[in-house]
Amino acid sequence: MSAISARGERAVRKPAVRGKRAGGVKSKHGSLIANVIGVLVILVMVFPVYWAVSTSFKRGLDMNKATPEWFPVPGTLQHYVSAWNKDFFLSSLKNSAIVVSIVVVVSIAVAFFAAVAVARSRFRGRRAYIAIIIGIQMIPQTALIIPLFVMLSHAHLQNKLLGLCLTYMAVILPFCVWTLRGFVANIPKDLEDAAMIDGCTRTGAFMRVTFPLIAPGLIATSIFAFIQAWNEFVFAYIIMQNNDKWTASVWLASFITQQQIDWGGLMAGATMLAIPIVILFMSVQRFVATGLTAGAVKG
Amino acid sequence: MAAAGTPTLESPSRQRPTAGRRQSVASRVAKRGGPYLLILPSLAVIGVILAWPLYNLFVLAFQKFGLPQILHMSHPKAGKAPEWVGFANFSKAFHDPQFWSTLQRTAIFTAVNVAATLIIGTAIAVLMGRVAKSIRLMLTAVLIFVWATPQLVGLTIWNWLFDQEFGVVNYVLTKLHLGHFLHHSWYTQPWQGFMVVTFVVVWGAIPFIAITMHAALTQVPEELVEAARVDGASPLQVFRNVMLPILRPILVILTSLSIIWDFQVFTQVYILRDNRPEPWYFLISIFSFVTSFKAHDYGYGSALAIITLLIMAFVSIFYIRQLIRISEDQ
Repeated sequence: MSAISARGERAVRKPAVRGKRAGGVKSKHGSLIANVIGVLVILVMVFPVYWAVSTSFKRGLDMNKATPEWFPVPGTLQHYVSAWNKDFFLSSLKNSAIVVSIVVVVSIAVAFFAAVAVARSRFRGRRAYIAIIIGIQMIPQTALIIPLFVMLSHAHLQNKLLGLCLTYMAVILPFCVWTLRGFVANIPKDLEDAAMIDGCTRTGAFMRVTFPLIAPGLIATSIFAFIQAWNEFVFAYIIMQNNDKWTASVWLASFITQQQIDWGGLMAGATMLAIPIVILFMSVQRFVATGLTAGAVKG
Repeated sequence: MAAAGTPTLESPSRQRPTAGRRQSVASRVAKRGGPYLLILPSLAVIGVILAWPLYNLFVLAFQKFGLPQILHMSHPKAGKAPEWVGFANFSKAFHDPQFWSTLQRTAIFTAVNVAATLIIGTAIAVLMGRVAKSIRLMLTAVLIFVWATPQLVGLTIWNWLFDQEFGVVNYVLTKLHLGHFLHHSWYTQPWQGFMVVTFVVVWGAIPFIAITMHAALTQVPEELVEAARVDGASPLQVFRNVMLPILRPILVILTSLSIIWDFQVFTQVYILRDNRPEPWYFLISIFSFVTSFKAHDYGYGSALAIITLLIMAFVSIFYIRQLIRISEDQ
């Protein structure tokens, strides 16, 4: 009901905005109400993150007050020191770094070949392959974790980085194939054909023309893979049960199982683990929408 | 599509309506075996790490498999060999009141979360097209920031916000005179606990939906909307007859993905309940996990996982059909 009245209102206001758009400026100012709502949405969405980061800088007595301190003043770095010195922090970081780099490099290489095949040629079984690739992403994690646990403990790969690497690869690979396919398909094949007419071999044309154009897609997909592997928790929690084999996310969760939760340390640890991801994500954000939606919307 | 109208060299049997692309004879020969070699490594990894466990999952579901059997696998002389029990694990599920109540809880949870995510996400996407440029940029930055926040980190943040003693939510609600929330525990009432989980899930999922929907909305040609309006279409008609058909593929994808993600929610509940969720906090994923790894009944746990898998497969049909259609068009 309210949706309809909102639309009616919009219809009345529309011509003014339209006039501006016709002038070549795409809704430069927007309406006042929209802007106010926009600011509110920004505040609501960002508050949890602000609160975590500000808690991580608060002194213990400022943190546990009946009336919250809205700003971390005077601040302290004590929580960062204690999180850094918490058991298994550096070893978990190292484990995560090893697992993530192996997973990203291998998955991207393997996925790239498959993406080229799917995007560039219509071989028999292509539909079935696509169905497998997409279908796999729908398998519930808990459906895999039981047999994987049984299988890895049978193969003595439990508590081994290799076991976790293989698991992540299988889970991340389909996603990489599908995303890269979108990037490859978006590059006009005519470009390659033109290069071939000018005397390039097929491989040469691909390497000299298509590959450079795909580089941004490869970077974006690698970073997606990086983020997924870095953030994954459940598989790591089950496969890496020895303390010294923890990954960063299992380490972070270890704050919570204790009798008393050290909120300051937890928020400091969470902030430290989020920083690399946020930086990476920000650096590829302009590929995000294109990479994920280009194929879906075009049609 | 780029070369529509040019003669195609594809053999008739392989002909697809959209396959009209210019191709050299040499490339055709190279392609015969090429694609299979290219997809082989990915199939190998998937085969070893996914097909084999999946096969094992089905085997486990038809077995009595507990701790003695785990022991037996690594030390054949000890423990007990797995025992075939037919459909016993499945019929156990269907006669288990806890299974039905868990399934019902999961269905309601999924419906609420999917609806909330899609409605709020789309509303923000529409909003993004109507605000000043500076605010749009800030909104995008915030959405990406939230998107980039690792799930576990987001989870711990919300856990802290809703903390019983020093949670800022209790403070604000009390200050606003919305009730007595001092030292209010959000987890004694399951529906309140699930409300917290819903906040976490929706907050984390909104960025993907909003950014994707915003990208999709900008793809709707302005001239089409204009033309419809000139022809006297009401805003509602414009939405239904012009925008919706263009947005439909992406809506199908986003809806099915959201259903699939929310039906499988696990970590959020598991962590918020301090790694020991009570039975009234069980979603189907947690039920299966706890049955396997806490009660060590891997057979029953696998049967529960397979039931989830079948439900997911049904939802995925729509998603996969849509994606295959898109990949054919390119």
